[in-house]
Amino acid sequence: MNSLYYQKRLSRNIGDKFFTSLSVICALIAILPLIFLVTYILYKGGSQITPELFTLEPNPPGDDLDAGGINPALIGTLIITTIASIIAIPVGVGGGIYLAEYSKGGAFSRFIRFGVNVLAGVPSIIAGVFIYALIVSTKILFGSMYSGLAGGMALSILMLPTVIKTTDEGLKLVPNELRYASLGVGASMYTTILKVTLPSAFRSIATGVVLGIARAAGETAPLIFTALFSYYYITGFGDLFYEMGSLAVLIYNFALEPYDAQNKLAWAASFILVLSILSVNIFSRILAAFNEKTKRV
Amino acid sequence: MIKNTKKAQKNYILSLENVSISYGKNEAVKNVFCNFKQGDITSLIGPSGCGKSTVLRSLNRMNDLIPNCSLKGTVLFDGTNIYDKRIDPVEVRRKIGMVFQQPNPFPKSIYENIAFGARINGFTGDMDELVESSLKKAALWDECKDKLDESGYSLSGGQQQRLCIARTIAIEPEIILMDEPCSALDPISTLKIEETMHELKKNYTIIIVTHNMQQALRVSDMTAFFNAIAFDDGFDGKVGYLAEFNTTKKIFNSPKEKTTQEYISGKFG
Repeated sequence: MNSLYYQKRLSRNIGDKFFTSLSVICALIAILPLIFLVTYILYKGGSQITPELFTLEPNPPGDDLDAGGINPALIGTLIITTIASIIAIPVGVGGGIYLAEYSKGGAFSRFIRFGVNVLAGVPSIIAGVFIYALIVSTKILFGSMYSGLAGGMALSILMLPTVIKTTDEGLKLVPNELRYASLGVGASMYTTILKVTLPSAFRSIATGVVLGIARAAGETAPLIFTALFSYYYITGFGDLFYEMGSLAVLIYNFALEPYDAQNKLAWAASFILVLSILSVNIFSRILAAFNEKTKRV
Repeated sequence: MIKNTKKAQKNYILSLENVSISYGKNEAVKNVFCNFKQGDITSLIGPSGCGKSTVLRSLNRMNDLIPNCSLKGTVLFDGTNIYDKRIDPVEVRRKIGMVFQQPNPFPKSIYENIAFGARINGFTGDMDELVESSLKKAALWDECKDKLDESGYSLSGGQQQRLCIARTIAIEPEIILMDEPCSALDPISTLKIEETMHELKKNYTIIIVTHNMQQALRVSDMTAFFNAIAFDDGFDGKVGYLAEFNTTKKIFNSPKEKTTQEYISGKFG
């Protein structure tokens, strides 16, 4: 009779060990790029961080050793992302509400769900080219061509699918009993959605919105076609209709310059961009974790 | 208000006239005729799948929320057909409130749970007073008067169900529908809910679906026994019908139908 004790030399046990180690190694390799990327950027960019970085305009490349700061790009990224959010959040949440609450699973809603999935897979550069053709080249926005406004529109296209999907899924998680409860005391459909279902799904929707913002804030390609770039401070509302700088495009422009000062500025901007996207992602994790805790027992 | 198409019969607050309800192409309940008297507690009993919950949900148009559910026939509430095209289901649900099988308080405070329905119904009086009186009628006031600001979920299952009853009372409906309100509760909570129902009877008409025949016997004046028979075009291959409708006493002591007798004596179900 075979012994019940564990035998190392058994071929199945050797094979088991081998595959366990193999999968651990693969997992480590998968995480390596992230670790290298973050440490390299922290190392290269972190040393460039100075208070002036946040307050100065970038200098035009080549004329001296001082590259200036990234203030216009930082503010520009904030503004463009805000414009994108202003467009994408209401439309996305509204669309998600339709899919989850009003649609009855007919052809129209299936078409929208399919369309949203396709939109999520559209390369970001296509969104840029689309807005370029629609807004920039036609000068339809009061005669302005490249503008922060156009940049925000391009980014909103990229945010939209995430917002619609998370709203749809967040609302579907709300138990039906809660809807019946509200309708049962004589609430109309829209009161039910506004006062009962949406608040219950608020945190999961917020998590999706934050992730959408994080994705949009780091995009470069759509902005090259729409917002272009600017070296100058953003001073007033009118600047929305002109070229606007952003961190991503600043990195793209300055990393390719042959001058050392500009390259360093690009590293500093990368540092800020990675750090802010990382913190936004962590913030969304916290939101989601908080969501788990407050869920109905 | 829509004009009464038929003269309401005396004391009948709700009448089903030849009602058949289908899910898609499958009929769930067929040809139900039934009159509910004002101020009565009526139990709907019967084996699973006989359509008693379906009938109950049809009484305040909750079935509208289930895709593909359709109803033929007329449901007269105070002489008005609530399935008339011009009827607003929201208005119907304000007059005919509902308590569900699972306690489903809103994720709000106890106070807000009651105030919510009243507020959306345009209540302008003293809200504190309404909350207090509703909780008192549902026999919950003493247990939660000191924690009105706490979440409705902080209550026990039985208390949550009474909160749901209080919430329904607060909108001052004429009829309260209860869909197996005690099936998720322990015997003591069940007893409290039944006591609450006896109190409520003074002011409201109550229609209750129950699987518990003892409960039907304890609380109701009238009992409707639904049964299901094999039927090719039915839902799950069978269709429900109203087998017998009479006073609770007669149903339990001297039922006319053989199936009723068999069901209440526990031979099937």
